Amino acid sequence: MAIIAIDKEKIARIKPPVIKTGVIGWLKENLFNGVINSLLTIIIFLFMVKFVPPFIKWAFVDSVWFSTSQVCKECEGACWSAITKNFRFMIFGIYPYELHWRPFVSMLSLFTLLYFTYYRKYWSKTLLYAWLAGLVAMAVLMKGGIFGLTPVPTEMWGGLPLTLLLSIFGLTAAYPLGVILALGRDSKLPGIRYMCVTYIELIRGVPLISLLFMASIIFPLFLPEGVTINKILRAQAAIIFFTAAYIAEVVRGGLQGMNKGQYEAADALGLNYYQTMRLIILPQALKIVIPPTVSVLVSAFKDTSLVVIISLYDLLFAAKTVIQKPQWNGFSTEVYIFVAILYFLGCFSMSNFSRKLEEELDTDKRS
Amino acid sequence: MTQSNNPASDVSNNDVIITIKDLNKWFGDFHVLKDINLEVRKQEKIVICGPSGSGKSTLIRCINRLEEHQMGQIIVDGVELSNNLKNIEKIRTEVGMVFQHFNLFPHLTILENLTLGPVWVRKTPKKEAEETAMFYLEKVKIAEQAKKYPGQLSGGQQQRVAIARSLCMKPKVMLFDEPTSALDPEMVKEVLDVMIQLSDEGMTMIVVSHEMGFAKTVAQRVMLMDDGMILEENNPVDFFENPQHERTQFFLSQILH
Ligand SMILES: Nc1ncnc2c1ncn2[C@@H]1O[C@H](COP(=O)(O)OP(=O)(O)O)[C@@H](O)[C@H]1O
Ligand SMILES: [Mg+2]
Repeated sequence: MAIIAIDKEKIARIKPPVIKTGVIGWLKENLFNGVINSLLTIIIFLFMVKFVPPFIKWAFVDSVWFSTSQVCKECEGACWSAITKNFRFMIFGIYPYELHWRPFVSMLSLFTLLYFTYYRKYWSKTLLYAWLAGLVAMAVLMKGGIFGLTPVPTEMWGGLPLTLLLSIFGLTAAYPLGVILALGRDSKLPGIRYMCVTYIELIRGVPLISLLFMASIIFPLFLPEGVTINKILRAQAAIIFFTAAYIAEVVRGGLQGMNKGQYEAADALGLNYYQTMRLIILPQALKIVIPPTVSVLVSAFKDTSLVVIISLYDLLFAAKTVIQKPQWNGFSTEVYIFVAILYFLGCFSMSNFSRKLEEELDTDKRS
Repeated sequence: MTQSNNPASDVSNNDVIITIKDLNKWFGDFHVLKDINLEVRKQEKIVICGPSGSGKSTLIRCINRLEEHQMGQIIVDGVELSNNLKNIEKIRTEVGMVFQHFNLFPHLTILENLTLGPVWVRKTPKKEAEETAMFYLEKVKIAEQAKKYPGQLSGGQQQRVAIARSLCMKPKVMLFDEPTSALDPEMVKEVLDVMIQLSDEGMTMIVVSHEMGFAKTVAQRVMLMDDGMILEENNPVDFFENPQHERTQFFLSQILH
């Protein structure tokens, strides 16, 4: 064998082939690369031509925004007045009108906290304490009865604050509970294991609606006379227990995906069970299951609307009430679009947050 | 490779640090370790080789209780391994282990990988643990990578980090389970060099490995395991050049082609 001759000049001369871009090139590359894709492109295009302009005309051109219901009835387009005129009722429900500033301030502080939580650089003990203080402050503001605030019975809480309250308390409590259940399900102690399995399977075997019914109707029958537990609290508990079971199964999937070597390395260093889980296993397992966890949380967020059936006046209920008023009858499309947008914003932020978190926690990335 | 002193003189005293007596272990019905007897003296280096599935990993994993044995005795530094959790914890802090697949913690930086054990198990103050960690990272020649994550390092570098991680616990004994067999060929030497250096510093080592050069350089005794038994034991020169047992001869002919 001899040394193979290398044409260094040629190697230096050649360049990677240039891909022709430009509008036509882009269209070909992305929309018409193949029969099926071209067909789909055409179908979607026709669909958009047929439906988008009329929708825009209805929603923005012919629409009325701040009129009376009378004007609405005569107009062709969307009647967004149904929302603007009932805005405060839809957002705050039957909470006393002149006290709306209290749930408003509560939500403002909630959003502030959520904003800081969104960015990992703000995560600290201070933020945790801010959350605790914030939640207490929100409860006090909503309920009143001290500091000269007029008491407002929880039966009158409603609308968006109620939805957010049930969701945020529900999700933050369900998550750790779910993690504990998942660990319990894999426990070496049979007693704990069977308890967790039974719990998870029982809860997953019934729909949330029946849990809510049980919490609102059956559960009080078992309480000793004179003892009552607030209805929102009961619904909240049902949501927490329900969501936790699903979180537990998702987390268990993450635990099973863990490499055995990680446990062994932790054991070999002398870490105990608690340390191994907290420092080694859970940080990795929980990270793997961020996407399915967020699915569970997103559906739990939407499922809070089921509390309507036990007569809690959440966002969706407030919206329905508006439509039932005689003068706004017939504008359900507008109202439901508005509610859908609010729910979408909530779900979309959650998905967005999870994607960002996933990227930030990705340590495999080569820098 | 660095040339070590005459292996025999490495053993400056005859204190026994590990005693394994009539050790038997089963996986279900499968008798994986059969009547193993072994004494390891302080600062001794033992290399164990043998065909795949012969029980080498299981044997050394019994020494720090990653596997539980059913019969016989294992005594490490005067402490007997039993179901007593205190004893297991004590032995694990004194016995370091290096795995074939490194098993670094991928979500922690190199430095955090090294300080985790000292901080949480030995309760060393964080600052001190970091200083120790940097000391050992220098030793395995990888200090400049301290802030990186394991996924950003090559296999050889990861294995050196894994060795440093064990050393940070200041173990009295180090176990190595085929530390170089998952590595690309060009990275084997950098890991073996670190192990030879460790050996020169007087560490007690039990190494499962088929690296003959390494065995000749550091080991006082080389053993052949087959079918759950230790079939032959000798000094490295005689073991490789003049094997007695037919299984040893067969095995050596296999790894030498
Ligand atoms: N956890 C286990 N359960 C059942 N069998 C096992 C387990 N671990 C190892 N074995 C079996 O025990 C034998 C010895 O394994 P091992 O000690 O890993 O061998 P070696 O390290 O020499 O290749 C093999 O046949 C293997 O399949
Ligand atoms: Mg093995």
